[in-house]
Amino acid sequence: MLKLSSVTTSYGSTVALRGVSLHVNPGEIVALVGANGAGKTTILNTISGITPASKGTVTFENREIRRWGADRIVRLGLCQVPEGRQLFSDMSVKDNLLLGALSLGMKRRKYQKDDLDKIYGMFPILNERGSQRAGTLSGGEQQMLAIGRALMGRPRLLLLDEPSMGLAPRVMQEIFSCIRSFRDTGLTVLLVEQNARMALRIADRGYVLETGSIIMDGTAEELMENKEVQRAYLGKGYREVWE
Amino acid sequence: MIMNIEMISRDELAQLQLERLQSALFRAYRNVSFYRKQFDASGFVPEDMQALDELVNLSFTSRADICAGYPYDMLAVPLREVVRLQNSTWTAGSPAVCAYTQNDMRHWVELVSRYLAAAGVNRDDVVQIFFSGSGLNSSLGFHSGAEKIGAAVIPISVEGANDQLAVMQDFKTTVVCGTASDALQLAEVVSKRGMDRRRLSLRVGIFGREPWSEENRKFIEESLGIVALDHYSVSEFGGPGIAGECDCKCGLHIAEDHFIAEVIDPQTGKVLPDGTEGELVLTTLTREALPLIRYRTRDITTLTRDVCSCGRTFARMNRVKNRNDGLVIAQGKRFYPQQIAAILTNVQGAKPLFQIVIERINGVERVEIIAELTSELSADSPGKIMTIENRMSEQIRENAGIEVHIRLVEKQTIIRILVDEDVVCDKR
Repeated sequence: MLKLSSVTTSYGSTVALRGVSLHVNPGEIVALVGANGAGKTTILNTISGITPASKGTVTFENREIRRWGADRIVRLGLCQVPEGRQLFSDMSVKDNLLLGALSLGMKRRKYQKDDLDKIYGMFPILNERGSQRAGTLSGGEQQMLAIGRALMGRPRLLLLDEPSMGLAPRVMQEIFSCIRSFRDTGLTVLLVEQNARMALRIADRGYVLETGSIIMDGTAEELMENKEVQRAYLGKGYREVWE
Repeated sequence: MIMNIEMISRDELAQLQLERLQSALFRAYRNVSFYRKQFDASGFVPEDMQALDELVNLSFTSRADICAGYPYDMLAVPLREVVRLQNSTWTAGSPAVCAYTQNDMRHWVELVSRYLAAAGVNRDDVVQIFFSGSGLNSSLGFHSGAEKIGAAVIPISVEGANDQLAVMQDFKTTVVCGTASDALQLAEVVSKRGMDRRRLSLRVGIFGREPWSEENRKFIEESLGIVALDHYSVSEFGGPGIAGECDCKCGLHIAEDHFIAEVIDPQTGKVLPDGTEGELVLTTLTREALPLIRYRTRDITTLTRDVCSCGRTFARMNRVKNRNDGLVIAQGKRFYPQQIAAILTNVQGAKPLFQIVIERINGVERVEIIAELTSELSADSPGKIMTIENRMSEQIRENAGIEVHIRLVEKQTIIRILVDEDVVCDKR
């Protein structure tokens, strides 16, 4: 579905991605794990056309989109939930959601109502707070809103950037089980997470990123089994059988 | 059953191989000093690898490189992450180690089971595994692979075809895995004994580790009433799981999601087009403990990338007939003629002219070494000659693990015996 081959992206003279290759198959949840500054967000921004790649190819459903603008890419069904939510905090919850459907153009009239109902079904709290200002929501609710807004664009591939950021553990569980449920609806997800354990628990496959290069790939199970991943990303809570 | 990955399109496979190659090179460069030095010497950094066809620019890894790093220098992970260290071919001079992490084991077992499934093995089978000689690593691979499929596995270490056949009858074994010479021995015993094949329940045989011919296959299949399939293993890669035949018998499918295969001209090192005979070069894509980049296997074969009639899209290699480094495989053991030369020299005090003759008599491999006397001894002092012969065969048994018959001949006999200058005369 999505394919990156030897993609290089730079911010001015700073090279952020050094020949990154990865792919996402339809219906998969693929996790991208790595430390701060490894280039995870840059990969998402490169895919969605915000920071275009200088070298390599980005292919979405057999179309080369590396040089496409972000507005054009989003219309292909590639929707990003940015890091830190990036909501319009002075606008109402409902208006934030409706903004997400803008990329559909004229078609949005056709889908808008059904889609809104679907999202309210998924996150009932957004319905309750529909008229409230987005800025007044709690962190978890804001994350739900950000995801809901992306879903309004009827994505085929959802790019999720750090959905666990700043959330309480219980809320995090809720968000992740919701992401997992996307798989049943046929939605494909590329998930960027610092919380590798959470991400790998719901993902089918994953890539480990280090200073702009992918150093490992495998099924979620394989990556969890890898000692380097365990040491670097699964944290101190991880214990060996013999410990 | 065919797994989805085995029917992956060539485009998707290329993407997967590129991804895995890039990260494998990155890990090799970062963690293995041998590769760091090799890459640095050519000014290569892993991120330069932008496309699969750029792999040809990298240097080869040879068996000598692995041996030089014996035992731990080629590891790309700390020893505490290693769960198995398989020593290979101690008999062939310097030893090499194949180390596995937990994930390497998982992949290995997965690959062997995938290959067994391609050969038609399923959970209802009773699988008897016997590798005589130094086949322990192959046995381990097949055991785990067959268990993963859910078959009933009989690990067995009895030597001798008669005992094996008794077990086969009693347990109603349906699948046998072993070396080709083991299989030939079985076939020989069955056909000679005039044993009623209906007393055996065998259906599939998976043989390899040494070269065998289509005539051998025909004989085994007819005598035992089975489908006999070939598998390919490289001891430095830990044994089986690299390539194997499906029941179409039209080449061995290489597990291209875990290895990149190239065929090169052994002299120039240039990559040859598909279909041209040359030396097989393998690159590991997923190995964590022991990544090998462009490893020269010394095995001569050809590659084809057409889709097989079974539906698998992985490249196929022809059966390996010979090697280009002189390694001899007999009686399930591996040795180099140079090793034999060293022993002969050691016993006699000077290097004799010699020839190694390998024959298969009644399914049993017989190795005869004809060597010239170097001292003034002549054929009329039989007592002394016998002592020397015994010492030689004893030392060869200790050193290379093979049973040989030594025949000492008078000086200047060998030149007249030899048809060509080749030290090894393989009559199998």
